[in-house]
Amino acid sequence: MPLAKRKKNRLILIVTAGAVLAAAVALTAVALNDEIVFFKTPSDIATEGLEPGVRVRVGGLVKEGTVVRGTEQNLFTVTDLDAEIAVVSPISVTVPALFREGQGVVLEGARNLEGTFVATRILAKHDENYIPVEVAEALKGKGQWKGADDALKTLDDAADGSGGYTQ
Amino acid sequence: MTTTFSIAEIGHYALVLAFALSIACSVMPVIGWRRGDVRLMQLASPVALAQFALIGVSFAALTYAYVASDFSLKNVWENSHTDKPLLYKVTGVWGNHEGSMLLWVLTLAIFAASVPLFGKHLPRDLKALVIAVQSWILLAFVGFILFTSNPFDRLLPAPPQGNDLNPLLQDLGLAIHPPLLYIGYVGFSMTFAFAVAALLIGRVDQAWARWVRPWTLAAWMFLTIGISMGSYWAYYELGWGGWWFWDPVENASLMPWLAGTALLHSAIVVEKRAGLRIWTILLAIMTFALSLLGTFLVRAGVLTSVHTFASDPGRGLVILGILCLFTVGSLALFIWRADSIQSKGLFSPISREGGLVLNNIFLSAVTGTVLIGTLYPLLYESLTGQKISVGPPFFNLTAVPLFLPLLIAMPLGPFLTWKRSDAWAVSTRLFGVLLLSAAIAFGIYLWRGGSIAPLAMMLGFWLLLGALWEPLWRSKAGRAPLGETLRRMSNLPRSMWGGALGHAGMGITTIGIVATTAWSVEVIETMRPGDTVQVKHFAITYETVERVQGPNYIDDIVRFTATLENGRSFPLEPAKRFYPNRNEPTTEAAIETLGFSQAYVSLGDVDVSGVGTATVRAYWRPWTTLIWYGTIVMFIGGFLSLMDRRLRIGVPQMAKRRAPMIAEPAE
Repeated sequence: MPLAKRKKNRLILIVTAGAVLAAAVALTAVALNDEIVFFKTPSDIATEGLEPGVRVRVGGLVKEGTVVRGTEQNLFTVTDLDAEIAVVSPISVTVPALFREGQGVVLEGARNLEGTFVATRILAKHDENYIPVEVAEALKGKGQWKGADDALKTLDDAADGSGGYTQ
Repeated sequence: MTTTFSIAEIGHYALVLAFALSIACSVMPVIGWRRGDVRLMQLASPVALAQFALIGVSFAALTYAYVASDFSLKNVWENSHTDKPLLYKVTGVWGNHEGSMLLWVLTLAIFAASVPLFGKHLPRDLKALVIAVQSWILLAFVGFILFTSNPFDRLLPAPPQGNDLNPLLQDLGLAIHPPLLYIGYVGFSMTFAFAVAALLIGRVDQAWARWVRPWTLAAWMFLTIGISMGSYWAYYELGWGGWWFWDPVENASLMPWLAGTALLHSAIVVEKRAGLRIWTILLAIMTFALSLLGTFLVRAGVLTSVHTFASDPGRGLVILGILCLFTVGSLALFIWRADSIQSKGLFSPISREGGLVLNNIFLSAVTGTVLIGTLYPLLYESLTGQKISVGPPFFNLTAVPLFLPLLIAMPLGPFLTWKRSDAWAVSTRLFGVLLLSAAIAFGIYLWRGGSIAPLAMMLGFWLLLGALWEPLWRSKAGRAPLGETLRRMSNLPRSMWGGALGHAGMGITTIGIVATTAWSVEVIETMRPGDTVQVKHFAITYETVERVQGPNYIDDIVRFTATLENGRSFPLEPAKRFYPNRNEPTTEAAIETLGFSQAYVSLGDVDVSGVGTATVRAYWRPWTTLIWYGTIVMFIGGFLSLMDRRLRIGVPQMAKRRAPMIAEPAE
């Protein structure tokens, strides 16, 4: 194959690879700008506020005595023992088998205009005394919950086969 | 008690011996190679077999401890229970961190032992170095087990009863999914070892290429089916009918699959045209690095995941260290030695090689975006301290659009000829297939409407029919008498059938994904006994609710009668299951497969003591099983390709060959 042609072929290869790479980078940049979801604690939301419609993840414990199950929606309150936020989960949102009062949960969703948090996804950790990583760290960071150290220890012990978040 | 005591000790001791052997096997063959000492090099083979035997003994001992419910082992106590059915006692061995690492290492030892068993015709230096590299990996992970995750740790005095296994794992899925996945993950250690050995020796020859291609294929096949079985397991076990969540743990297995698929295709060029050698070596390194990353992500618990079991941040760091050591080390070696590898084979952009390069470019791009999306939360948190999550929308916006051009171009690839090809001629060969898939898409449009769904269906059928057309076209179907076509068909090499089936499987999976995504129907209803709900093509009637005692669980079963439009009826009996030993509930979905579609019912809350009010989620999932059938077809394709006599493992290409190597038939 003549040298000129060989060079041309190499150029085609570089241009193609470059174009695909550029497309990948562009798509990734756009998606990372628009599609990442921040993790907040109820305290974060209480102090920083949360605009209606902004999708976030909220972690905390399901407050004892707040779960009201309905045919259209379920109501409950999530707390980090410092602040709390009222949550509504429409019946279309799968409630994990493990969901119960006192359980550590991570919710994904957004606030509505009334300030209630509308969950579109509920995750619960698959272990009765397990606290989700984010929740445990957030609680520990506050130093206000004596159970946090135990929770983190539970975390370290989690190698005994305790599960992941299930929906 | 005395017998179980000694058996666990034998297992532990065998593991320590394997560790010692792997130290020897990591060093001696390399010294032998440097000094040209044949005996030292030859030592690698028996040592590799001994490593396998010892780790096998160790694994058998742990399995025995599980079956015998020897709770004096901490690991058994934490994850087993005397009431547990035998199957789950056995599968429970790898249903936890320590045991699953032992299975991982056992798989690695099997692959290392395969080199002396099947590689009789490998050059001596290559064989010795490959076994040495595999022993490095074995050394790292056996050491990891012994020093941080020993399944043989004692708990004395032994508690009378165990903690039982995580209920989600008490399922046939645990018997199938992890072993298959591990064969896939660990299988790429073979190509990795060959890549590193080639860099050390500075030579890529025919023996290298002939070995690497089938072993890549084998690893890829098992990874494919392993991921697919995991997906089906999550689909029925998590109880809400999702089959892919873009979850970090899923991505962890998808990345080596994507890179492995690229490797599979570039290895073809290495084998047939002696080209792309350097790239293939780099890809082999990256694929195994991604496999290790998968092992790390699943275990470290650093990311919030739907599936993780056995997570431990501390041990995760050790795996991260091993991952970095192997990746950085092999990449440094690559940078240092890549010049020593000569690639041959010039080709024009429109050619089989060109098509395979394009395949690799796109697959690498998809792998890259999945990697970024998976690791970005870790990176972001370490830089800003803010926790974030990257979910399905990210991947749907990046990986999916980058994968689409690949799928569109896929049927064209096999029609391209080596070195240089005619784009127009190739296109005309597929014109009929294009028309047929467009006609099917139009039919679907008339039937169900929509715009994207029929187009996506057209893509699925374009993949499926295009793949199946290749063997037909090569057999001159429609251009020669039927007898001749059949004769030609039976003479086609099996690897060609394998490739066609692999591509066809991708088409079948695509069709399943499109149908399920576009036309699934979901009904959520609070029901009482006597209520009936219509779900697209079937209706369910709530008959009774009942509490039933299982071996180590209590089921609240709701019995439904489902009735199809044609009057046929069948029972659907989903349950809420409670495991008292672990104080954990699970959801047991009821699924009826109807043709390729499925009726799927699962339960939310059930008021079993009162009137029996239950939250019921019922789904109609059209053609959903095609998602998984497609991967089975891919697996069969891979198997056929492995059976190709030209690629058959261990068949030397010199003396035994009956006919001269035919060039590509009909090309």
